[in-house]
Amino acid sequence: MWGRFLRQRLLQLIPVLIGVSFIVFLTMHLTPGDPIEHMLGQAGRITQEQIDELRAHYGLDRPLIVQYGLFVGNAVRGEFGPSYSHHGRTVRSVVAARLPATLELTVFAFVIAIVFAIPAGVIASLRPHGLFDRLATVGALLGISMPGFWLGIVLMIIFGLQRHWLPISGRIDLALVPDYVTGIHTLDALLTANGPAFWSALKHLALPGVAMAAPMAAMVMRMVRSSMIGVLAQDYVQFARAKGLPETTVVGKHALRNALIPTVNLVALQTGLLLSGNMIIETVFQFPGLGKLAVDAIAAADYPLVQAVVLIYAVSYVLLNLVADALHAALDPRVQIA
Amino acid sequence: MLKLLLGNRVAAVAGLVVVAFVMLAILAPILAPYDPNEQHPEAIRAAPFWQADGESRFLLGSDSLGRDLLSRIMYGARISILLGVVVVLLTLLVGTGLGMLAGYFRGAFDAVMSRIVDTLLAFPFLIFALAIMAATGPNLVALVLALAFKGWVDFYRVARADVLAAREADYVTAARGVGASTAHILFSEILPNIVPPLIVLAALRMAIIIIAEASLSFLGIGVPPSIPAWGTMVADGRADIAGAWWIATFPGLAILALVLAVNLFGEGLRDALDPRMRQ
Repeated sequence: MWGRFLRQRLLQLIPVLIGVSFIVFLTMHLTPGDPIEHMLGQAGRITQEQIDELRAHYGLDRPLIVQYGLFVGNAVRGEFGPSYSHHGRTVRSVVAARLPATLELTVFAFVIAIVFAIPAGVIASLRPHGLFDRLATVGALLGISMPGFWLGIVLMIIFGLQRHWLPISGRIDLALVPDYVTGIHTLDALLTANGPAFWSALKHLALPGVAMAAPMAAMVMRMVRSSMIGVLAQDYVQFARAKGLPETTVVGKHALRNALIPTVNLVALQTGLLLSGNMIIETVFQFPGLGKLAVDAIAAADYPLVQAVVLIYAVSYVLLNLVADALHAALDPRVQIA
Repeated sequence: MLKLLLGNRVAAVAGLVVVAFVMLAILAPILAPYDPNEQHPEAIRAAPFWQADGESRFLLGSDSLGRDLLSRIMYGARISILLGVVVVLLTLLVGTGLGMLAGYFRGAFDAVMSRIVDTLLAFPFLIFALAIMAATGPNLVALVLALAFKGWVDFYRVARADVLAAREADYVTAARGVGASTAHILFSEILPNIVPPLIVLAALRMAIIIIAEASLSFLGIGVPPSIPAWGTMVADGRADIAGAWWIATFPGLAILALVLAVNLFGEGLRDALDPRMRQ
């Protein structure tokens, strides 16, 4: 049954991936100027023949649909050609160098959002319209209504510049970079038992992580709260209480488990949205990950690099949506997976 | 409906705040103390008036070019609200139109549209808006299209589902029975019944569009730099947060206030118009 479900969903992904890649491909044709001119840059005088040769080499003289085919074929193998702005390096190597930082920040933001949102949602649901619920509701509304870049700047002003509690830019104190294992500093520091490096990396993640997590935490908190309120009113919860089970068992075991079903789906979807916030937050905090790389590449008109990063974000988003559906189907027996 | 909405004090206040922002935007040329682009070289990064070193000429202070922040925030409201309204109207019309046709006629059109919609739903909205704007550069027409690119899908889905339900309803069967034309059934019979959820959605979408526009402008690929916009202003102030925190803080506060008001008003509308969704 599961094999069929996955096969079906993976088949449905194909048109989505074609659409996503085609739009990314088209954006290059919207850009002013010729990619060959960008690539040659300040390479000095070049004859028309050499230009034509390069155009033929990269397939730029072929029909659009053939060029798209070449683009997809290369993209699947992770090849996006040379970067215009990082001289002498391929897009692939530039992207690979930045990927661990973004993974680290995104996972950190995810953990903050979940660790904060689920308990807050549960506590709020126990006493609807009580003091905690009101505070949490206002907080969630602020989290949804606040632009992430501004929250980041305000956190920088308060905790970085006025209080000097936390660093406001970068990934780690450069003197403390741990030995390379995975490129993820916190993980590398743990693996090499390097306490100071771990602490430094964690402090650098704190502010961007919170700024990135805020909208997701707000959405998840609201979802947990409303589904808990719904579940707590159900007969089986009343029955569990009537049996004399302790309240912690009733809430933690009977109610929470069912209330989390719709939440899991939302969490996976929101993780996709975290990626959008990631570009902005990395830019605000000068955090050297993929998002900042893309924004810098836009400024430098490095279109192949922009395309590669956008494609990575888009494909991750599509896959996270798939995970959301699969988790939903796995947890909720009412969802037909066949 | 109006009574219900006014009965909800939070939503009523939020509605007033939204109206105040709209008035501010319209009346900016009359209300603003200075031209938003006028530079005062003698008063660069002037502090807000309540600070010890503040100047009463610039109530909220001035930026790194000596431009009055209050005037720029008032003018910034214009582009945020204008783009929000244009994008939401565009997506509302396109999405509702296509959704009604798909829901009413079903068949091949519906099947094709559903494929397109499934594909678009998988697109991360802001990232694609960013890709489009990266290719075209800051430009208002491209910005509207980039922001509208996926937004119509939400309206499409609501309109389609509601029309699917309505086409089997007794009042539609009755209209068909007395020989009403398809156009009459769609626009005079069904449309008025599906408007409330669409209005609620429009309000909530407005909040999302305002934040998205500000985010793109913050990254320098949204509103052209010659037009005062809140996102651009926060970006301008970022370099000065150590010495002049107000330059980045106040425009962001304006975004927060407007988006919060729009969200609260939208949720109030939902409670008033759509009792099923009342929490």
